[in-house]
Amino acid sequence: MSTATETIEEFVNQEYKYGFVTNVDTDAIAPGLNEDVIRLISAKKKEPQFMLDWRLKAYRHWLTMTEPKWQKAHYPPIDYQASIYYAAPKPKKTLNSLDEVDPGLLRDLEKLGISLNEQKRLTGVAVDAVVDSVSVATTFQKDLAKHGIIFCSFTEAVQKHPELVQKYLGSVVPYNDNFFAALNSAVFSDGSFCYIPKGVHCPMELSTYFRINTANTGQFERTLIIAEEGAYVSYLEGCTAPMRDENQLHAAVVELIALGTKSEIKYSTVQNWYPGDKNGRGGIYNFVTKRGKCLGENSKISWTQVETGSAITWKYPSVILQGDNSIGEFYSVALTNNYQQADTGTKMVHIGKNTRSTIVSKGIAAGRGQNSYRGLVKILKNAANARNFSQCDSLLIGDKCGAHTFPYIEVKNTSSQVEHEASTSKIGEDQIFYCNQRGISTQDAVNLIVNGFCKEVFRELPMEFAVEAQKLLGVSLEGSVG
Amino acid sequence: MLEIKNLHAGVEDKKILKGINLAINAGEVHAVMGPNGSGKSTLAAILAGREGYEVTAGEVIYNGKDLLDLDPEERAREGVFLAFQYPVEIPGVNSTVFLKAAVNEIRKHKGEPELDAMEFLALVKEKMKLLELKEDLLKRPVNEGFSGGEKKRNEIFQMAVLEPKLAILDETDSGLDIDALKIVAAGVNKLKRPDNAQLVITHYQRLLDYIIPDFVHVLYDGRIVRTGGKELALELEEKGYDWLIQHEAVAV
Repeated sequence: MSTATETIEEFVNQEYKYGFVTNVDTDAIAPGLNEDVIRLISAKKKEPQFMLDWRLKAYRHWLTMTEPKWQKAHYPPIDYQASIYYAAPKPKKTLNSLDEVDPGLLRDLEKLGISLNEQKRLTGVAVDAVVDSVSVATTFQKDLAKHGIIFCSFTEAVQKHPELVQKYLGSVVPYNDNFFAALNSAVFSDGSFCYIPKGVHCPMELSTYFRINTANTGQFERTLIIAEEGAYVSYLEGCTAPMRDENQLHAAVVELIALGTKSEIKYSTVQNWYPGDKNGRGGIYNFVTKRGKCLGENSKISWTQVETGSAITWKYPSVILQGDNSIGEFYSVALTNNYQQADTGTKMVHIGKNTRSTIVSKGIAAGRGQNSYRGLVKILKNAANARNFSQCDSLLIGDKCGAHTFPYIEVKNTSSQVEHEASTSKIGEDQIFYCNQRGISTQDAVNLIVNGFCKEVFRELPMEFAVEAQKLLGVSLEGSVG
Repeated sequence: MLEIKNLHAGVEDKKILKGINLAINAGEVHAVMGPNGSGKSTLAAILAGREGYEVTAGEVIYNGKDLLDLDPEERAREGVFLAFQYPVEIPGVNSTVFLKAAVNEIRKHKGEPELDAMEFLALVKEKMKLLELKEDLLKRPVNEGFSGGEKKRNEIFQMAVLEPKLAILDETDSGLDIDALKIVAAGVNKLKRPDNAQLVITHYQRLLDYIIPDFVHVLYDGRIVRTGGKELALELEEKGYDWLIQHEAVAV
């Protein structure tokens, strides 16, 4: 590499704070996808037969499916045979406590700002660190177990609680739901499993950090959260990834089940996957299926997301409002800068009686980013007295970006009330100048205005996430003005 | 403090300022009056550093520094304040957050410690009383839902909090009823100190009944055609701009 290339590499590396690679022994298999690979994955994870059967069913179905092309985002064709479908850092020995975690890995986790020790001592947030699709350390299991709460890696859940997994896996997102869900169902490697028993209010925020490490490894997380009657859990998902030139596919599936009466699940995401460089090269493809089902009466599921990373974000965290009086919420801030593309939104399906849904979507487009909101509010025939409120606001920074809205409203019951508000605005030069004249730099002014724009959504985030989210927006918008 | 030497400026092809010469010393209040289109707001905009104007000749020295070379936020941190003629609204940005950010930027620049929330609120409370502003105003987004009078009072309130060295008041009296005018003028007067200066840009003499200028400059067609004391303003009020133009030798 010439010195010039080295300097540029250094410079570009600096810009993405989390762009480093863990040099840990990785136990990876050859690239390619076929039934043998799936059997290998299942065997490595020591899964019971039902799990392998499910994977194979999903894989065989996937082979019959066609990749969807209706989204407003463009990307070169994905070669599914070129990815590695399993990579896990080789553990040195059985991990019973944090002291036994691979020190190289622990150091990297600290770099990510989530030193497990720190977490344990200061914030009381249980962390299930997932690196390259395998959970490395699970803390607080014992503390949570006292309440009857199960919080562990998905792999562990399949081994230790197979009956729960078998009962609920695929009940919200069936393996044949869509192309990427089918792929995920076949090759998912790990994720989180959480079960909150009756009447238990989970005493701390549960969280998981993901990280893609090896090149060409698609991340296929699978998360399943179940809340029984009167249970409550708040779950945080935050992602980082190192820099790569090849695009990496992230096709996760998250299923939330608010099973019993008055159960509640709050799922918050701050997504910071590598977005590609200033010229749109590289970056993660974030094609995710997230869905929650409010089965119990008076149950509630809320999704809050801050999406600033990924080259392409394609996800619609949704809620199926089956139980009477159930509530679904979706709060989102999606940012696209440089050449990022986002096609995101939600689906609220009203089935039971007196159901309510709230959608607040804030799209920020800067650089040459393309930001689309796509939402569905569907009210079925017997969904009496359904109410929906949707607000989707777009903020444009600069004149080379785009904001698009695709609202779908399908109402089959005349007693429903559906409201939709939308606004598009620019950050005015006058506003920036006003801030300048008071001593505030243009970049700080943009941050102030953008944070004001996103306030309603940030308010829904658990506090520590809200702070990270604000910082993240600031970093992501650097250089977007002027 | 401020020396404007032979300033020529315009927008695209149009010449607006055609050779302004003006010197302001600390402790002085200068008024600039002129009919519509004379270049008053352009002068204010250029001093504040607004984009879109081209300076074709001349210079502006502020406390020994080349003012035109500084970014608008740098000028602000050096103590230049512009009370806008049409203060803009910034939805979603809380007034307290905004003003605290401004205060701390200036303090940072001066090497002073930044204020925390409590200290800031204490500072601000007394200034609010000065301009008879309701306390809940600070809870609202910047200028959002403010009446015209409230916006103008908010400008002077910010001036009181930021304590600039050079305050440029761009038609601060426009859109104000007599009561609001008196409050604003009283506020401005209370802020006057031997180490700061004020440049009051106005159309009408009325404001100058309350903010007494040391010098009055008449701006016409991009040039200062006459300078005088406060009596000049009264003369203008009585006789109008046309009289003055006819009686002055205006070099073309």
